[in-house]
Amino acid sequence: MSTNAQSRTPKTAVRPGRSLAILALVLVALLAAVFIQGATSVKLGLDLRGGTSVTLQPRLAAGESGKVTTAAIDQAVSIIRQRVNSLGVAESEVTAQGSGTNRQIVISVPGDTGRRVVELVGQTAELRFRQVLVSGAPTASKTTDTAATPPAGVSPTVNAAYAALDCTLPANRQGTGSDNANDAIVACDRAGQGKYILAGAVVLGREISKASAAINQTTGSGWYVLLTFNGDGTKKFGALTTRVTSLAAPQNEVAIVLDGLVVSAPRINEAINSGSAEITGSFTQLEATDLANVLKYGALPLAFDRGEVQQISPSLGADQLHAGLLAGFIGLLLVVLYSLLYYRGLGLVSVGSLVVAGSLVYLLFLLLGKWIGFTLTLAGIAGAIVAIGITADSFIVYFERVRDEVREGRSVRSAVETGWLRARRTIIVADFVSIIAAALLYLFAVGGVRGFAFTLGLTTLIDLFVVFIFTKPLVTVITRIKFYSSGHPLSGLSGKSLGVLIPSKTEEA
Amino acid sequence: MSKFAGLGGRLYRGETSVDFIEKRRRWYAFSGILIVASAIALSTQGLHLGIEFKGGSSFTVSKAGVSLDAANTAVTNAKIPGEVIVQKLGSNKVRVQTGALTSVESNQLQDSLAKEIGVTAESIDTQIVGPSWGKEITRKALYGLFGFLIVVLLYLAMAFEPKMAISAIIAVIHDVFITVGIYALVGFDVTPATVIGFLTILGYSLYDTVVVFDKVRENTRTITSTSKMTYSQAANLAVNQTLVRSFNTSLIALMPVGSILFVGAGLLGAGTLKDLSLALFIGLATGTYSSIFIATPILARLREREPAMQALAKRVSARNAAPAMANSVAASAGAQSAVKGATKRGPRNQPKRNRRR
Repeated sequence: MSTNAQSRTPKTAVRPGRSLAILALVLVALLAAVFIQGATSVKLGLDLRGGTSVTLQPRLAAGESGKVTTAAIDQAVSIIRQRVNSLGVAESEVTAQGSGTNRQIVISVPGDTGRRVVELVGQTAELRFRQVLVSGAPTASKTTDTAATPPAGVSPTVNAAYAALDCTLPANRQGTGSDNANDAIVACDRAGQGKYILAGAVVLGREISKASAAINQTTGSGWYVLLTFNGDGTKKFGALTTRVTSLAAPQNEVAIVLDGLVVSAPRINEAINSGSAEITGSFTQLEATDLANVLKYGALPLAFDRGEVQQISPSLGADQLHAGLLAGFIGLLLVVLYSLLYYRGLGLVSVGSLVVAGSLVYLLFLLLGKWIGFTLTLAGIAGAIVAIGITADSFIVYFERVRDEVREGRSVRSAVETGWLRARRTIIVADFVSIIAAALLYLFAVGGVRGFAFTLGLTTLIDLFVVFIFTKPLVTVITRIKFYSSGHPLSGLSGKSLGVLIPSKTEEA
Repeated sequence: MSKFAGLGGRLYRGETSVDFIEKRRRWYAFSGILIVASAIALSTQGLHLGIEFKGGSSFTVSKAGVSLDAANTAVTNAKIPGEVIVQKLGSNKVRVQTGALTSVESNQLQDSLAKEIGVTAESIDTQIVGPSWGKEITRKALYGLFGFLIVVLLYLAMAFEPKMAISAIIAVIHDVFITVGIYALVGFDVTPATVIGFLTILGYSLYDTVVVFDKVRENTRTITSTSKMTYSQAANLAVNQTLVRSFNTSLIALMPVGSILFVGAGLLGAGTLKDLSLALFIGLATGTYSSIFIATPILARLREREPAMQALAKRVSARNAAPAMANSVAASAGAQSAVKGATKRGPRNQPKRNRRR
């Protein structure tokens, strides 16, 4: 570098035409790809068009041993994906973010589905059939009488827990899925209408082979879920129903428990050996359909905490998109105006470079949407706007260098080359720091932050590309024009405005 | 403009020079006061964390002419426990913020709001954050911060020199601390968008420092052989020479950020855009300040302690004791002037600056 810097006619005065031709080729290739792939619009994130996103964080259910394994998360993702697909909303997405076992599952569904999605994806859907031992009013018992005389088969601890349980509190009706299959448990009714002591589970959700929503044919209303057991399930359910029919109420009831909450507890009048069962519980059609789907695709191998739920209405989405674009436009306009005022003729180069960088960014947004499912979010737009500043910064570093060289007494044409040699390094190092920042943000962040990091990193790379292949060659080309090389007052390179004290030479000595 | 550009020329030649390094104690004292103030604000007031960090829910209802009373009634009807903040955003938006709610409670509140205000539950913009989620976010943000500092430290140490890396990182930590302090002092909300802003500032602040250090390195490459100026003087010249650039880049970076802030705060009221750009706005200002007033003086101090640089300082002061042209010392710097400096320096020292346009 130092030898080059000293040479008066640097070797890097290389064919600028070739660089510009490469750029033209790249632009044409990208444009062609856009048309061939039919990527005509940028994929917008949910915050720009409305929709619901849910971030789930794996957690071990209480009383379960073992670990959150990679395989379990993969399985959960595929089950959740099936559930989400059952909604039939186009462009819904289920992805795992992060690495290894420290991953979150991010579900995004566009449109007005709201609460339904949240219920659908979040529940573990562990279905269990348990015999009812005791049932009663949902409120906590005031006296300790019941604790003194636990019914047969109920331990005093369970009985005490039952007495203390208040199912009118919403907090106790969360459906945390923390019921241990083999033990007797206390449970609330799903609607808070009653509470139960239940025996160990006899039939499990994985012994169901089919589930579907159906409507009561005779009344024409009252949706329910029809279950079909597999071989094992049929046998066990038959045995259970046979055993309880002869018992006294409430012990002749079999509770259908979903994630620790009793959905319904029908009385069994006769043994059911047909291998099918119904879950009733005043469902709407949607609720019945969703429950059937959830049961059909099986329980999640892990319990999940809802990390974050975000529901954005389409109108807010449109507002945010509008605001983001407006901010970008104003920002760009200010930068262009300042460039032209301060750098005059050279400012035109920076405006041109911004236009080229902008087109590249836009084309890549289109294509990446097709290729890797890139979606533009509000944070992404902000990243791109911030990048206008970084891109313009590269030009300033270069232009100031060129002007320094002119101040050193070089001719404009030679200053353009020697200035570039020095500015190049600065630009590479500085952009690289930006790229490190973007890469780390991307690695460590979740959700919206990643969108920001991605666009920031992408636009910084494009900035490097544009400075090398467009800005520099363009400056070389235009300084062959007399307007610039003679240091015209409006060129941004005039000796006077730079405060050069020796007259700048128009031709290299 | 041309007046200002003329200033650029004078700064470049060292005719107009600000003693950034000589007067470092002044800047250190100024930063020291800011840091102490930040520490006090942090310990007494703490940061105003958004619901993303502490868990909680936020419901925004948009309807023309929506009233706070309707929202308050809805909150009362839904029997939501804990502290509830109901605010009006702009003329037709109401936002209800609560602590961490169960899904049953948040559904109740949604329904109640929908009923009182007369919109559908689906049209309410909702954000529900679980209590454990905030820890996860905080943990990740801290990982990001430390990961960034370490990687950049290594990279700068390789690309430049270890002492430059240390100075740059000190300046960055200085920026983060003061920015966080300002947040604590003013009580701005800290959201994930704010954290993105912080992390971006780190990148930007370093970008600024890198450009200044690049010039410092160029100016100091041959100082030991020419013995014309000390490390501090060469570094000070570098800061002055990049001053116009620093000013321009900061201004240009501030323009898009300012427009995001203006649009984000003005049109949307609150949210990602406002939080992000506010953090950037504050950070850019401290970042520019620190690369000039903090990073370079620290670097100069670190280097001046080296025996070679102390010997150089002695040689330079011995040289200056002889009747030398002080002007010529300041006028030339860098690799190229060491080679062709003698021929170039003459004409430039003639005062011809009275010509303007």
